[in-house]
Amino acid sequence: MLAGPTAGQDAAEHERTAVIAIVDYRAGNLTSVKKALDRIGAESFVTSDPEAIASAEKIVLPGVGHFAATKVLETSGMRSALQNAIQREVPFLGICVGMQWLFESSEESPETPGLGIFPGQCEHFPGEVKSPHVGWNDLLLEGSSRLLAGVPQNSFVYFTHTYRAPVVSSSVARCEYGGAFSAAVERGQVFGVQFHPEKSGEVGQAILRNFHELPC
Amino acid sequence: MLTRRIIVCLDVDAGRVVKGVQFAKLRDAGDPAELAAAHASAGADEIVLLDIAATYEKRATLLETVRRTARELTIPFTVGGGIRTVEDAAAVFDAGADKVAVNSAAIADPALITEIAGRFGSQAVVVAIDARRTANASGSGLHFAVKKTGGRDATGRDAVNWAREAQEAGAGEILLTSMDRDGTKDGFDTELTAAIAAVVRIPVIASGGAGSMQHFVDVFGHGHADAALAASIFHFGLIRMADLKQHLRANGIPVRWPC
Repeated sequence: MLAGPTAGQDAAEHERTAVIAIVDYRAGNLTSVKKALDRIGAESFVTSDPEAIASAEKIVLPGVGHFAATKVLETSGMRSALQNAIQREVPFLGICVGMQWLFESSEESPETPGLGIFPGQCEHFPGEVKSPHVGWNDLLLEGSSRLLAGVPQNSFVYFTHTYRAPVVSSSVARCEYGGAFSAAVERGQVFGVQFHPEKSGEVGQAILRNFHELPC
Repeated sequence: MLTRRIIVCLDVDAGRVVKGVQFAKLRDAGDPAELAAAHASAGADEIVLLDIAATYEKRATLLETVRRTARELTIPFTVGGGIRTVEDAAAVFDAGADKVAVNSAAIADPALITEIAGRFGSQAVVVAIDARRTANASGSGLHFAVKKTGGRDATGRDAVNWAREAQEAGAGEILLTSMDRDGTKDGFDTELTAAIAAVVRIPVIASGGAGSMQHFVDVFGHGHADAALAASIFHFGLIRMADLKQHLRANGIPVRWPC
């Protein structure tokens, strides 16, 4: 169990923390992410407005479903707003497909380009393991991470995905399932997690709290 | 290592948790939101809420129950019972569910699986299959028939074929209940779970018959289940989650512990 302030205390102590924009690109269900941020006392709003993204102080890009869904980011003008925000070092957290989108591409939809902040292509799991990878698996932490600060080695988090991102020099946590893949990446103010912190119990809450408490 | 999941099921009618023996006599086991939170902090890996009445009049009650329960949970939360359309599913997601379980409506029209998966992702669609052992015309081999409307009615479908078809339609997981074992505490039907697990790549959640810790070892062992679901043994404290997880670990089955 992780020690941490209650949501109420958190809200009181961090009244000056940034408001988080949750990017809605019509891919699945954003309620869980919104609720999880509410629970830790983080102020957030759901948006698909490129202007709102351009002026956001912190950004979460959730993601469930198909890599091709990120095409909406392109057609709606959100992609360049997100790209600019990342260049301006606005803290950014990609979750699941939202993290995969930070890589160059995915086998799931090869014609849809990712942002290419991290190198390589997301791939399908090998045939010898069941796919999708669904359930609680443990994090193999490597190096220091601001996002995963205070998270114990081998903590369990909840995954549900069919494609996976390669391990790269910016990987701060690996996961093993039919070989190693990136469970979390981090470079500067850009963070990505393959698992769902909003569904990962106290460990997940601690990770979201770390993101919430990052200085802008 | 990917762990085997222990899922606690809340059978809900008109906002209260109930659990019957063989779907008949119902006993009241409390408030769903409170119970779900208690099971989550005890170490449950996931919560499933099944609306067993699911009449039109009670749907508003269900959404409020889902909302209150979701507020308490930081682990995956599935809601099933009476989901007949994408709109029904959307309302349940909006109330805070992470996945929906579809059963009778998907049997009537498998395209429902595809539609929900298309909008919310396959990971959000659990196809619930109620299966019963049956002899086929020639009387040879082991067969499992799919039942619907709470296990009462025949569907003419074979469980193995239906699981395969559901996967093709876009199901993310199969929630497989043995109608022969449900409520008996005689153990999971491991032949049923093994038969389904052998033909699908998506996770299989075994349900029906949990009565002892050894039953879970069996269903994860020769049953090849990815997850196991039970209700009353947890609600009435017959098995403590911590004891179960330690027992599984001692038997070489990876589980999320401590959590």
